[in-house]
Amino acid sequence: MAKVIQRRSLTLLERSYLWEIIKGMGTTFKHLFRNFKNPEKMQLMSYPEVEVQTPQNYRGSHRLMKRPDGEPRCVACYMCSTACPARCITIEAEPSSDPRIEKKPRKFEIDWLVCVFCGLCEEACPVDAIRMDTRKVAISHYTRKEFIADMPRLLNWDPKDFPANDAQSQKAPGGKQNQQAKQIWGLEVKHS
Amino acid sequence: MDLSTTNFIGDLVREYSPYSWVASIVNGVIAIVAIMAVGVGPSPMLIWWERKVAAFTQARLGPMRVGPWGLLQTVCDVIKLLFKELITPHGADKLLFFLAPALPLTGSFLVLAVIPWDHNLQVANPGMGVPFIIAVSSLGILGTLLAGWSSNNKFSLLGALRCGAQMISYEVSLSLIMLFVVLMSGSADVREIVLSQQGNVTDWWIIKAPFLGIAAFVMYMISATAELNRGPFDMSEAEQELTAGFHTEYSSTAFAMFFLAEYINMVATSALASVFFLGGFLPFAFPDFGFAPIVGVVASINGALAILPGFFWMAGKILFLITLFMFFRWTYPRPRVDQLMSLEWKFLLPANLILLGLGAVFIAFGLILP
Repeated sequence: MAKVIQRRSLTLLERSYLWEIIKGMGTTFKHLFRNFKNPEKMQLMSYPEVEVQTPQNYRGSHRLMKRPDGEPRCVACYMCSTACPARCITIEAEPSSDPRIEKKPRKFEIDWLVCVFCGLCEEACPVDAIRMDTRKVAISHYTRKEFIADMPRLLNWDPKDFPANDAQSQKAPGGKQNQQAKQIWGLEVKHS
Repeated sequence: MDLSTTNFIGDLVREYSPYSWVASIVNGVIAIVAIMAVGVGPSPMLIWWERKVAAFTQARLGPMRVGPWGLLQTVCDVIKLLFKELITPHGADKLLFFLAPALPLTGSFLVLAVIPWDHNLQVANPGMGVPFIIAVSSLGILGTLLAGWSSNNKFSLLGALRCGAQMISYEVSLSLIMLFVVLMSGSADVREIVLSQQGNVTDWWIIKAPFLGIAAFVMYMISATAELNRGPFDMSEAEQELTAGFHTEYSSTAFAMFFLAEYINMVATSALASVFFLGGFLPFAFPDFGFAPIVGVVASINGALAILPGFFWMAGKILFLITLFMFFRWTYPRPRVDQLMSLEWKFLLPANLILLGLGAVFIAFGLILP
């Protein structure tokens, strides 16, 4: 809704500038004094010692979700690497050992130096296999090679770091433990 | 021996040296070392203080890692700066390029030489102290212009020309304000100007000349900020437009000299402001207004304050004024170049001339506070 702002003309005191200049100095001094008196009240974090806790839905570095038996949930459909605007995801597929699933990744690599952290890969994934909710935003290594995250690294995450009430984040249906999957989803999983 | 009235070290050297020229050289060396120490010594601390003031006004902490509260940060910076490679740009005029950083530094040291730090703590006392200060402080402009011209860089030249125009303009009003103080105190001798403010706070020129003193002080601070090329008048090194202005091409020691000159200039200008308006090395003393019940109390408080030596008061006043300069820098936005010029030529210069005239009228009619 448009709002008309009534602009008042400057008073004589304001037009002389001098008083306003002194008021500006007062503001500076006020801030200086307040911050100097109790520095702990400033919205600050001494970064390397204290890490910033980003919210759970912040797009951090990636992780690959697992099936209950520990296998990656990824079905090597290449949708994430197709959606990726930076083309930082490299996938090589191989036949899956599970008769219901066609493929699984032999190699799944994300180059974090190339990645733009846009989140399109997790949007594109049809099986919710890739997520960016690790909350790790500061990725630092000594060599370029270390920035290329391979599959073991992407699968290496601790369930304790993620909310326990999110069933999908902890466990998933499929694989060899179909009974457990039924319990969680309440669904009938059909065998081929 | 009364230390407050004699030149103790100078007389000692003169007494024990076989020839008079030896004494002259030794005393000269002592004087130079003293000026260097006064000039260079506080600079790292001032840089630290400036960074802290900036940080706390902007709700940051500033340097915190090296030493307690980051006190040693500047020392590390200086060491880093000194060990860096000294790069000369291709096509630069080498002689002028390396001469340029030395000139502002020389000017600042020469100004520091005539500043009285205490009753007998003054390196040189030329009878014409104020004209001498006006003369030598112009060396800074020459160094800046040379730096910009010899760098073979468009941005350096632009920055130097801006800086030259700005500093020459503001030097006019700065000199006129100095002239005003000379008119008021009746002496061009820096020490005499300080001694003309003896007494309590109301005898300082900022208050002693009613209304004119405070106006002169405000205009002095504005002109001095412009003369020092500090924010908000840091047009010569406006980072958004000119990268770093005239010292874009300077690295390592040469850059350190420019940086040092800026801070020594700040000390010198603040020292001059305290000499002209705030009573220099004279201690802070409360006025009693001849009001009988408080005369005794005020006298005892003033006696207690006067125990502190003069250079302590001088240093305190300088630190206060420098902090004021820092507040200027972190409070006001930068004006345009033409606005800066019109401020000087259309406002400050006429105002200073009027101030000078009014000062003469005040003296003629005896309107100065007793």
